[in-house]
Amino acid sequence: MHLRLSAVLFFFFLVSPVSAAEPKRPSPLKSGAEFASADIRAMQTDDFANPGMLWVARGETLWREPAGNSGKSCASCHRDARDSMKGVAARYPAIDPGAARLVNLEGRINTCRSRQQQAEPLQYESEELLALSAYVAHQSRSMPLKVVIDMQNRRNFERGRDFYYRRLGQMNLSCAQCHERNWGRRLLNETISQGHGNAYPIYRLEWQNMGSLHRRFRSCLHGVRAEMLPAGHPDYIDLELFLAWRAQGLPIETPGVRR
Amino acid sequence: MLARVLVPREARRGEVIQIRISIRHPMETGFRYDNSGRVIPKNVINSLVCRYNGVAIFRAEMGSGIAANPQLQFYTVAQASGEFVFEWVDDAGQRGAERAVITVTG
Amino acid sequence: MPTRRRFLATLTAIAGAPLVARAALAQTDGRESLIRQVTGGAPVTAGRVKLDTPTLADNGHSVPLRVIVESPMTATDYVRSVTLLAERNPRPIVATFSLGPRAGRAEVFTRIRLADTQEVLALAQLSDGSYWSGTAKVIVTELACLDGS
Repeated sequence: MHLRLSAVLFFFFLVSPVSAAEPKRPSPLKSGAEFASADIRAMQTDDFANPGMLWVARGETLWREPAGNSGKSCASCHRDARDSMKGVAARYPAIDPGAARLVNLEGRINTCRSRQQQAEPLQYESEELLALSAYVAHQSRSMPLKVVIDMQNRRNFERGRDFYYRRLGQMNLSCAQCHERNWGRRLLNETISQGHGNAYPIYRLEWQNMGSLHRRFRSCLHGVRAEMLPAGHPDYIDLELFLAWRAQGLPIETPGVRR
Repeated sequence: MLARVLVPREARRGEVIQIRISIRHPMETGFRYDNSGRVIPKNVINSLVCRYNGVAIFRAEMGSGIAANPQLQFYTVAQASGEFVFEWVDDAGQRGAERAVITVTG
Repeated sequence: MPTRRRFLATLTAIAGAPLVARAALAQTDGRESLIRQVTGGAPVTAGRVKLDTPTLADNGHSVPLRVIVESPMTATDYVRSVTLLAERNPRPIVATFSLGPRAGRAEVFTRIRLADTQEVLALAQLSDGSYWSGTAKVIVTELACLDGS
């Protein structure tokens, strides 16, 4: 009896999934910028060379433009974004009490648009949503990411964590296998980063465009030959929460520049 | 067309100053396809001119070999207070313009 | 048998030689004809033109490039124009910048697209009509992971 129980326990140990129970945060914590070349870093730190600043500039204009049936602009309620938006991006994704669900920054912008401005939501990867989310996140530049995991968002956090450790796609790779176990190692001509979202939205040279974190998730999923969920999917927002927790303490760099 | 220019606000007469311009433009090569498999037509900013108090001090003829969201950096000698005017046009005929003012002392 | 083999080998060598030579000529021919499109056949001297660009590009979509031409940039001795050529690009003439005596410095920075690992060439025409050139080899690689986003 005793032997058989051990055998059963041993069998379960063998088939149990890669442990998501104790997610590790990378140490030392490094932003994607540290894995990029000197040229890319220079492009990011020079505010004129940084193409992402074109979207921040557009965001600044959109902030003051009336939208929807309300005739109100973001500035009508939030005044100067440099004051009102300071620190906001650092605590997202957050639970939207009105909808009792987790929203990211883009979701919050769209919630404002529909509730306060009576305007149509902006599409992911549209010029306008990229510009506004870049502009808002930029107001928190250099501030450390700080999301709090509590009773309200615990389930979201766990779903995001499970996504992170799940093997996906034809290549059967999880986020953790590259970004937790193999960060710092080379993959062809690139050095694998820790996979943080602290610089988003970013200007990616490969996209020749600005793009959101969800677009980057889609890139990765395509990379492992997995089905790409559409941008805005709740699974991505749960994942964003896990990533924000994982990256806490890293300063926001928006707009980032990556290859 | 959205663009940013960087011109020193002040300079001394005879000083060589750096001029920078950054333009939001996809510089579409004509070699890319959309999701339906149709070719996205070529459309690049093909010419740009910078005039300093009315006189052209820099011109660029560009093709699809210039990266998206083009950036240019060049130099000129500060001569008199006045205005820099940047004008450009793309293959579709869309025009863009930006200006910057400079005060030249001495 | 050895005689026939030797005969065939000799025949192949004679027949093959022009092909090899033609291939080598085609490569220089390509660059020569490209340069001629800019210079109209005028002689080009290597020198005075420096290209500052990474040896290994992060991404072929956007490669930073600075061209610097040695010139006093006076009213009588200046750089008239600088042309950038990337012979392995689908459109090899990348850009032409017109400078002049008012430039003060013959230096232009921009970001270019490179379709493949290649030697970038810059041709500068001076006020006296002469052409000078400089080159830089840039390695261009693909991303580690395909991006279909």
